[in-house]
Amino acid sequence: MNSPALLFLQNLTGGPKLVDWGWIRDNFWEDIVPAVQGHIFISSVSVAIALAIALPIGILSARFRKIYPPVTGVTGILYSIPSLALFAILISIPFVPLGPVPVIIALVAYSLLILIRNTVAGLDAVPPETIDAARGMGLTRRQILFRVELPLALPIIVAGIRISTVTIIGIATIGAYINGGGLGKLIFDGINRQFPTMIIAGAVLATALAILADLLLLGLERYLRPWVRARGT
Amino acid sequence: MISKIFGVFARPDFLTLLREHIVLSVVALLIAIAIALPVALLVRNTRVGATIAINIGNVGRAVPSLAILALALPFLGLGFKTALLALTALAIPPILINASTGLREVDKGIIDAARGMGLSGSQILTGIQLPIAAPVIFAGIRTSAVQTVASATLATFVGAGGLGDLIVEGLQRRGPEILLAGAFSVALLAIITEVGFGVLERAFTPKGLKIAQKRGS
Repeated sequence: MNSPALLFLQNLTGGPKLVDWGWIRDNFWEDIVPAVQGHIFISSVSVAIALAIALPIGILSARFRKIYPPVTGVTGILYSIPSLALFAILISIPFVPLGPVPVIIALVAYSLLILIRNTVAGLDAVPPETIDAARGMGLTRRQILFRVELPLALPIIVAGIRISTVTIIGIATIGAYINGGGLGKLIFDGINRQFPTMIIAGAVLATALAILADLLLLGLERYLRPWVRARGT
Repeated sequence: MISKIFGVFARPDFLTLLREHIVLSVVALLIAIAIALPVALLVRNTRVGATIAINIGNVGRAVPSLAILALALPFLGLGFKTALLALTALAIPPILINASTGLREVDKGIIDAARGMGLSGSQILTGIQLPIAAPVIFAGIRTSAVQTVASATLATFVGAGGLGDLIVEGLQRRGPEILLAGAFSVALLAIITEVGFGVLERAFTPKGLKIAQKRGS
């Protein structure tokens, strides 16, 4: 255990600098850009699948209150399993290959709790008078759901998408350990080769991507809530 | 398979790894509390201060856990110190956000009433602001604790041991029983933390607030 640590320190103190810009220039198109693309791909696919599962479950949970506690119970347990452990359990299942598939499954599992919770909270926040008014205007239940309830719940749902996207971008870095690709690959390769440039490039880009996604979705959330924008908070 | 997994639990180094995992998590959480709570208390009465604290917390929460661990590595090298520093940095944001929000959202009317009754600033803090904000503050500590236990699994990548060692060993030696033993024990530890802190959270909620919550729901 000690020898790699020593080697690493020697490498650092003996090495000229922390970030080797030459390496970044030489490997920009081969290593760095594909890692960013892979990371964005895996994260967005996971968020999309998670939404496709969570929205119907959330709508059902808001309608049929009895299923809500068991739903949050199960998704809550999924959410609290450490990611490396969930990856490990998933790849132990026969026929699940190493690679992006188990990573996406795990990322979807992590997003469910937040997405379902926010969908229910969003639907709950729709004022009953508004629904009454819509009913009075002769809208069917389906029309009320799609034209009144969901649009009004959208800001809170987007807030959920924002939290889970940021979480997913973070956890996706760990997915590289089971060959999921993405920016985590740079980090792990850097650790294995004891090459700080790769570690720093991967970590900084993953952080930037998470913060960028956070800000973009925050902007969307504000945009969908004109009444909050007007108040200036 | 199951008996093989239990065989791993019986390995002499299992308890060492478990201890490393718990020590790392507990120490990181305690340091984070010792940093985040005083900061939240300092900024509690200033709008700007609280907003800055909450925003720093929000940005901090977006930083991926592996990224913090990896970034600490080139500077501090492999080992316990690196993992501890990274885990502490990860544990601060949820506590900072919840403590600042919780303290700020105490009803101004109640504080005014207390001031009118002649309570001093410190009496208002200990008698009113802290008890009312306690559940929110504690929820932050709970989030942070669960996250720290989970992230401590990654300590293995910076050579700081913990139960993540078993997962890595299982993957490298293609020993599914070692892999699963590591995964199950980490998952169980995280769930115990989650449930345990949930019980504590209820204990930390003042009786008056519980009654109000019940009426509200």
